[in-house]
Amino acid sequence: MYRRVSILLRKHFVSVLILCASIVIPFSSVKAADSAKGKALFQTNCASCHNVHKKLTGPALAGVEERWSDRKLLHQWIHNSASVLASGDKYANQLFAEYNKQQMPSFAGLSDADIDDILEYIKVEGAKAPGGNKTAPTDGAPAAKEEGGDNSLLFGIITLVLAVVALILMQINSNLNKLANDKEGQATPEPVPFYRNKAYLALISLVLFMVGGYFLINGAINLGRQKDYMPEQPIFYSHKVHAGINQISCLYCHAGAEKSKHAMIPSENICMNCHKAIKEYSGPELVTAEGKKVNGTAEIAKLYDYVGWDPEKGAYTKPGRPIEWTKIHNLPDHVYFNHSQHVVAGKQQCQTCHGAITEMDEVHQFADLSMGWCINCHRTTQVQFADNNYYSIFEKLHQQVKEGKIDSVTVEMVGGTDCQKCHY
Amino acid sequence: MEQKKYWKGLEELHNTDAHQEIVKNEFSEELPFESESLLNATTPRRDFLKYLGFTTAAAAIAASCETPVRKAIPYVNKPEEITPGVANYYASSYTIDGEFVPVVVKTREGRPIKMEGNTLSTITNGSTTARVQGAVLSLYDTARLRYPSIGGTETTWAELDKQVTAALSGLGGAPVVLLSSTLLSPTTKKVIGEFLAKYPNSRHVVYDAVSYSGMLAANEASYGKRVIPSYRFDNAKVIVSLGADFLGTWLNPAEFCDQFAKTRKIDAKKPEMSKHFVFESTMSLTGANADERYTHRPSQAGAVALALLAAVGGNVTAPAIADKRVADGIQKAAKELKANQGKSLVVSGSNDVNVQIIVNAINNIIGANGTTIDFASPSNYRQGNDAEMAKLVADMNAGSIGAVLVYGANPAYDYYDAPKFVEGLKKVKLAVSFNERNDETTELCKYQAPDHHFLESWNDAEAKTGYYSFTQPTILPLFKTRAVQDSLLTWSGNTTTWADYLKNEWVAKLGGDQSAWDKVLQDGVIEPATAPALSGASFAGDVAGAAAKINSAKKGGTYELVLYEKVAIGNGRLANNPWLQEMPDPITRATWDNYACISNTLAQKFSTELGDDYEIHVERKVLKIKANGKEVELPLLIVPGIHPDVIAIAVGYGRSANTGKAAGGIGKNAYPFVSFNGQTFDYFSTDASVEATGSKYPVASTQTHNSYEGRPIVKETTLAEFIRNPKEVNEDRNELKKFGPDFRKDATLYPNYEYQGIKWGMSIDLNSCFGCGACTIACQAENNVSVVGKDEVAKGHEMHWLRIDRYFSGDTDNPEVVFQPMLCQHCDNAPCENVCPVGATNHSNEGINQMAYNRCIGTRYCANNCPYKVRRLNWRDWNGADSFENNLYDVADMNDNLTRMVLNPDVVVRSRGVMEKCSFCVQRLQDAKLQAKKEGHPLKDGAAKTACQQACSAGAIVFGNVNDKNSEIFKIRNEQQTDRLYYVLEETHTLPNINYLAKIRNKDAAPKAESAHHEEAHHA
Repeated sequence: MYRRVSILLRKHFVSVLILCASIVIPFSSVKAADSAKGKALFQTNCASCHNVHKKLTGPALAGVEERWSDRKLLHQWIHNSASVLASGDKYANQLFAEYNKQQMPSFAGLSDADIDDILEYIKVEGAKAPGGNKTAPTDGAPAAKEEGGDNSLLFGIITLVLAVVALILMQINSNLNKLANDKEGQATPEPVPFYRNKAYLALISLVLFMVGGYFLINGAINLGRQKDYMPEQPIFYSHKVHAGINQISCLYCHAGAEKSKHAMIPSENICMNCHKAIKEYSGPELVTAEGKKVNGTAEIAKLYDYVGWDPEKGAYTKPGRPIEWTKIHNLPDHVYFNHSQHVVAGKQQCQTCHGAITEMDEVHQFADLSMGWCINCHRTTQVQFADNNYYSIFEKLHQQVKEGKIDSVTVEMVGGTDCQKCHY
Repeated sequence: MEQKKYWKGLEELHNTDAHQEIVKNEFSEELPFESESLLNATTPRRDFLKYLGFTTAAAAIAASCETPVRKAIPYVNKPEEITPGVANYYASSYTIDGEFVPVVVKTREGRPIKMEGNTLSTITNGSTTARVQGAVLSLYDTARLRYPSIGGTETTWAELDKQVTAALSGLGGAPVVLLSSTLLSPTTKKVIGEFLAKYPNSRHVVYDAVSYSGMLAANEASYGKRVIPSYRFDNAKVIVSLGADFLGTWLNPAEFCDQFAKTRKIDAKKPEMSKHFVFESTMSLTGANADERYTHRPSQAGAVALALLAAVGGNVTAPAIADKRVADGIQKAAKELKANQGKSLVVSGSNDVNVQIIVNAINNIIGANGTTIDFASPSNYRQGNDAEMAKLVADMNAGSIGAVLVYGANPAYDYYDAPKFVEGLKKVKLAVSFNERNDETTELCKYQAPDHHFLESWNDAEAKTGYYSFTQPTILPLFKTRAVQDSLLTWSGNTTTWADYLKNEWVAKLGGDQSAWDKVLQDGVIEPATAPALSGASFAGDVAGAAAKINSAKKGGTYELVLYEKVAIGNGRLANNPWLQEMPDPITRATWDNYACISNTLAQKFSTELGDDYEIHVERKVLKIKANGKEVELPLLIVPGIHPDVIAIAVGYGRSANTGKAAGGIGKNAYPFVSFNGQTFDYFSTDASVEATGSKYPVASTQTHNSYEGRPIVKETTLAEFIRNPKEVNEDRNELKKFGPDFRKDATLYPNYEYQGIKWGMSIDLNSCFGCGACTIACQAENNVSVVGKDEVAKGHEMHWLRIDRYFSGDTDNPEVVFQPMLCQHCDNAPCENVCPVGATNHSNEGINQMAYNRCIGTRYCANNCPYKVRRLNWRDWNGADSFENNLYDVADMNDNLTRMVLNPDVVVRSRGVMEKCSFCVQRLQDAKLQAKKEGHPLKDGAAKTACQQACSAGAIVFGNVNDKNSEIFKIRNEQQTDRLYYVLEETHTLPNINYLAKIRNKDAAPKAESAHHEEAHHA
């Protein structure tokens, strides 16, 4: 039996090779994820002050690696810019002076690998023409594939070519064998054509099953997920204009984020606090994702219509009616999520989950809001262990921190991945 | 100590074949395959594959439907005090039919969803009852009247006002009568007074369906005041109840449970507790909690009271009590009463003036006046006057009444001679009903002017002199209803609105200070700064006269009939409440029905084939019961502990279909058996006849569900034994020591998990759990527990996360009862967790046995493996949580858009095929922890309360963080109650996080030889 199997294996060595290759291909995209991960990290941590191509609060980052003399120093700068400034580095101090002596906040939470990912993203993004990323939200997914496709496509083509060559060689080999046997007078059965060869058929179905299964399962997992969902809203409300350009605090409108499980869509009276005075839009041109120009002043007029305000008379002239916004961030019913838990107790920034909201004219769903995404964050995020006296009851963990056995306490370590933290 | 035998019913006691079978099959029915042919098919494998294929395809289609577009709609103008997702709390009061419970109402996004007791009230100290917990559901009752109507057609309030005022002024001097149940509100009474003052000879008649008129009359005769004094059970060392179910239904059980519990809490350092005697005819909740309990016929109630008076030294001649056990009991009770002069109390549930005078005489002799009975702040709990009601009905029939305005009362259903009332009402020129639903009386009234639900209303209440409580709206009126006070004000020509009227009244009383009024509404109560000293009243009753009347009462017949109120349903006013209908009765464990309760002795007289298996079967024999010239057919239910010659029937059932889907047509009305003795109503009949009809009727009882198969799960001892050796009750725990010094670590192969931070734990005191069921309903309200309906309860599909097991022990005619609340024990070494194939149930780092519904696939392995039988499977889609349409199973309108407003938005509803169970109210724990985190301090003890703990009027449930050395739960486990503390089935090493405290009875230790003999007899 063993012999037969080994012969079979030898005979079909090439096919096994193909099979192995086909398994490897999907995994070969692992390396490419760096840039994708870097993109996420960039949007979470950097995007509120930096753009790859444009100057914002901080410099445009394309080519940043070339500008710094030492990559290590760059890492240190990101980790703790004050220390680099204090060391008297010339380029650093020059930058500091150039950008109004506004210090870059320290990102101690980013690991070196994280920073490398971000730099990788900047490199990839910087190589593209500026503005190419404008419609990222809608075609974000294909774009990501393209980025990751560089190497894997090459590998794929090479594998395919090799497989075809191997197949031809095998056919030649078996034909030659037959010829040789015929010559020696050995009767050999008529060779089975490869499309009726059971071993091949089995192999092909196995490959199809695996590839099909891979896509089926991935597809099934993604059912109901709405990453990059960007519905059209009843009013073209630009977060970029409000929170980005005009620097209105998120909590001014989403006041519930500190008190409640709901961040709260602001009621119209909140809008009117400012829009009683601001009747016209005079900022940068607004464009929808489809490229249609938007008249900002007309959008403000829509608000007046909803709320029943007559800007001419400066008075409410008819009863207001609520604006039916389309909800973008939907969690399944069996998930309990509390904004105040994350914002107040966890001290998380809005951008961590909602992305570079200050850059979005139209809001899209930044994260996929999957359970894996939640859990990953709970595994890596540190709790305010030393600062919040609530955690004083975890005496043993405090002891371990003191003894240096662990350097920080993550959400998971205090039970943050238990089922009934979110499901009840 | 020998192990006592506990049994839920006779079938378990005798361990019959049917019982063994039901024990063997936890899920007592076949799997509900729609197609019977499946298992018998010739090709079951193919059919199985067909089913599999269909379900997979269906699931795929259901799952791949387009994601719906959801809207987020903010307020136009957000009210300042509302933050979506954060609850607001308002103080209010439950004062239906004179029962008084100040409450705090939890509202979410403007919807009341839960009520808790108001801890600022010194009367109830935050207690609640099952009915109070259930009342929030009545707000969303689909059967409520939604608009004013005239002759059954909708009208406007203006039109109704026009017609009613015209009719009132056209009465030509004929008296106007406002007929109400007991009202506690002084300001409402003022409004009524002003209204009636406009019409000559008018009067306000107060009528209580279950009357305390005899007590009021007796107090008038004895003390010159027609009042009910305040009772102070907490001051009593000896309590004798003569048929007064003060823990279940008598006057104000929330208050009395709280007081009584204080006398039942006990630890080894202070081994003292009250002694509690009960003499009664049926088995009441109070009787079930008695230390010594005796049964007598209802016709003997007077004789027993008289004998007790004679025994404590009253100058009366008592008739001889034939039953030696009862006669001895009376002597024993009398001895204890005398020995505890000034520290004892006798209460009676009789509505007979003479019996109550005798009881007053006893209380006078034993020095209860001014110690356990307080006349300084008398209560207003019941004000009904039976004689006045009877006179009103006579006047109505005589045609001398001009108008009857019905408010809260429902005599067409619960008056003893309802047909006469109905006849009389026809002769009245103007009939108006303010009742909230189209009940039996309202449907006869031409004008229907429905009142708000109390959660939509303004009101005040004076429970006791000087003790006020307030009601404020917690939601805008859902329907076009109007406060009854507004109607009366309008009809008396006063244009002030009721809200202003009440406010003006109180702002004036509070010294014209608006901020004082605001404070009052915030607190919900006004109480005297210092409670007035207790004071008695001088007794001047005609004892001899009363005794003579009692002695001349005629003897009872072969059988006697007693009417009683069920703890959940009460007098029937809240009958259309699916939560309360489905709550198992504490004693009978039956749901959704009333029935004829009889003893086993009597049951065997009817039919030899009854046998002991009888309790297993849902189908019960139907009896025809005749008394007072009326007859009714009801299924019989064997209740150990009922007097052998007595049949007991609950009132409050047999409502008309208009009352609502839950109550309509369920059970039979027992009020026709009430009789009028010329002075008061009698809720018993001394001469009843019973016969079997031969038909059968299903009764859904939970008694036989979830058996422990005789494993020792209750521990109890007597007070004397406990004083002698406090450790004895837990002697068997010593056996655990054979595994090593630390049972937790030494008795297992598993590694020990160390719980850091918080570790939740609960302690349940069997001594102060009276089995009232408030926790069951509180849990249901808090956790969106589904109502399943009678048919499904009969199949054992009830969903209650917390049940109260009732065990009998001892003699079947005079059993002892113990109540044991049973809920998920949150075992640290949980048997359910190991067997789940999909990891849907597992342990949290705080010691909670978690249930992830969205992972559960419904194998039921966990329920099979749970030794406590606390897991509940959703056999059907009770609440529309499934993706499939038309799958809903709803028997009681629980899924109407209106009713669903009661759901707690912080807890999901579970879909079909999913297992669920107690979560320790994890939503509350998470909320309390979050609050502490946000404020940056460790969680304080008491900040996180479970719903059952908060609802318990006896404080029997303590919950908290056992890792916190300052917490109450830590102290109970490690300092106060180390002797009584035990874990159920501890020897199986499940390591439960709930402990129980052994029950202690204040009774003479039973002679051991006899009880051992008894047990043998049962085993045989």
